[in-house]
Amino acid sequence: MSETAATPPPVLSIRDLKTYFVTGAGTARAVDGVSLDLRPGETLGIVGESGSGKTVTSLSILRLIPEPPGHIMPGSLIEFEGRNLLTLSPAELRAVRGNQIAMVFQEPMSSLNPVFTVGDQIAEVARVHLGLSKPEAWIRAVDMLNQVGVPDADARAYEYPHQLSGGTCQRVMIAMALMCRPKILIADEPTTALDVTVQAQILELLEKTQADMGMAVMLITHDLGIVAGAADRVVVMYAGQVVETSATRDLFAAPLHPYTAGLLASVPRLESGRGVLKGIPGSVPPATDWPPGCRFHPRCPHAWDRCRTEEPPLLSGPRPGQSARCWLVQEPARRKPPAP
Amino acid sequence: MARPTLALVGATVVTIAAVELLRRRTQAQGSARRFFAHPGGVWGLRVLMFFAVMAALAPLIAPYDPAAQPGIVTLQNAPPSWAHPLGTDAYSSDIWSRLIYGGRVSLGVALLATLVAMTVGVTIGAVAGYARGWIDAVLMRLVDIGLAVPRIFMLLLAVAYWNRIPLTLLVLLLGLTGWFTTSRLVRAEALSLRGRPFVDAARALGASPARVLIRHLLPAALAPIIVSAVLSVGNVMLLEAGLSFLGFGVQPPTPSWGTMVADGQAQLALAPWTSFFPGLTIAIVVMSWNAVGDALRDAFDPRPEHA
Repeated sequence: MSETAATPPPVLSIRDLKTYFVTGAGTARAVDGVSLDLRPGETLGIVGESGSGKTVTSLSILRLIPEPPGHIMPGSLIEFEGRNLLTLSPAELRAVRGNQIAMVFQEPMSSLNPVFTVGDQIAEVARVHLGLSKPEAWIRAVDMLNQVGVPDADARAYEYPHQLSGGTCQRVMIAMALMCRPKILIADEPTTALDVTVQAQILELLEKTQADMGMAVMLITHDLGIVAGAADRVVVMYAGQVVETSATRDLFAAPLHPYTAGLLASVPRLESGRGVLKGIPGSVPPATDWPPGCRFHPRCPHAWDRCRTEEPPLLSGPRPGQSARCWLVQEPARRKPPAP
Repeated sequence: MARPTLALVGATVVTIAAVELLRRRTQAQGSARRFFAHPGGVWGLRVLMFFAVMAALAPLIAPYDPAAQPGIVTLQNAPPSWAHPLGTDAYSSDIWSRLIYGGRVSLGVALLATLVAMTVGVTIGAVAGYARGWIDAVLMRLVDIGLAVPRIFMLLLAVAYWNRIPLTLLVLLLGLTGWFTTSRLVRAEALSLRGRPFVDAARALGASPARVLIRHLLPAALAPIIVSAVLSVGNVMLLEAGLSFLGFGVQPPTPSWGTMVADGQAQLALAPWTSFFPGLTIAIVVMSWNAVGDALRDAFDPRPEHA
């Protein structure tokens, strides 16, 4: 929760992760040198547009990238409990998946197998990882359904995914993910497919279980509202790179990177009254062909010559734990005042 | 005469009752309801059930021993009568009794051979579709080769090695030449299913490739597998009948419907019933398998015109 000086060692460290896809149109550098830390008990928001590489990053952690065409490049490191997940054998990796690191996906309805009851599917996790017998696993499954707030869990466990609402399906997915009390939960757009009211319930559930179990959550989303409400720290991704990292509070108060500022400006606010929302001009360039220099410069209102030729590293900002991949951190005088 | 007739009536009643019971029991399931709305499929099911019951209860229903030759001179090629409802063949054996016992062999061989074919085809197709890459390429080229050679040639070639081929070997051969299309079908299903989110979700939760295949891919691909199995049983029956007719299949005196047609061939002009009744039975049963297969296909895959 706190970003004080004495930060505990991270539970998960990603260093220089590169996930490339070899396609007919060239090599897509979907994730290109991402480094980030996930600290115990925190919620880390990962924000970015479609195509920024946030989902590929999350899939790379558990090596769920389809290979081929995907390749995690040598030199990448994903360290969890002193081991590099990228060098584990398939069997070792399976012992981590769903057990110590669990995932919740975007589409709850299609992430459940349509031909089995939800109780059966939750129980399967307990049988795989905890080695429980069928009846024991079923009891655990019903118990988990209760914990994630599914009313009438005894009866619901016998139902099939198509008989349940999207919100309930997502609760089922969360029950499956939490079965083994994982140390890390990766939630990839967990509420995007749900109604707004249900979104809030699911986020509340995640927050509550996180507090109960003390796990770290990696929350991947394109919705800054969710980040503001749920995340302790934020990583902003653009064009396969981390462009800004900071505590949530600082990010909203004083974004360093023009891309972050652009994302914030494109969110409607009640207090600003009516008016035209400012989007970021252009769109994310194709991953096969990132622009030279700073990858954001073609869309950046502040860009000057240096941005077109020289790629900025992550530069530390004025506040603790804050950094951005932007030359403006070094040359703040060049920041143009916001357009009226 | 009284006991076999009674048994036959009993078998008919059991058949009709069993189909009716099945209809009532599965009323709640959409696909079963669609199946029973299909008159062809229901009739096919009744016919198959009837022959299955007959085959199972053959000693009760058959009035005579199928191999008995009670009067090789006096009763040879006798036309249908009260004593011999479908007549007798050249060896004076009762055709009706042979037909009942022949059902055991013909249905049994076809079912077991299909089981072999499905086991091999589903395994190879699922592995190819899930593994992709070079494993897929090698397996599918194998299938291409298998499909390029006519099945009857393969069978004749293999069967020609034996003078009198054992029944188990015949079953194996029929099965091992019949899995190619099934494996293609299952591979296509596996390919499309492995891209579905629930497969990724299962992997993310730590499921092994074998578990993903068996627990998640195969059950979802079950419908096309069942349809293809049912349709292939009729096909295998025809093949077995053809081989037996040519003398390469089931060996006399074991009665199979194919050998019975062959037996009657020599006196077709004199006693046409010796070939006609087994031939008719083959036609009806194969049609029934196909009707059931079609009905199952429609039941599993509801398109608007059937809705």
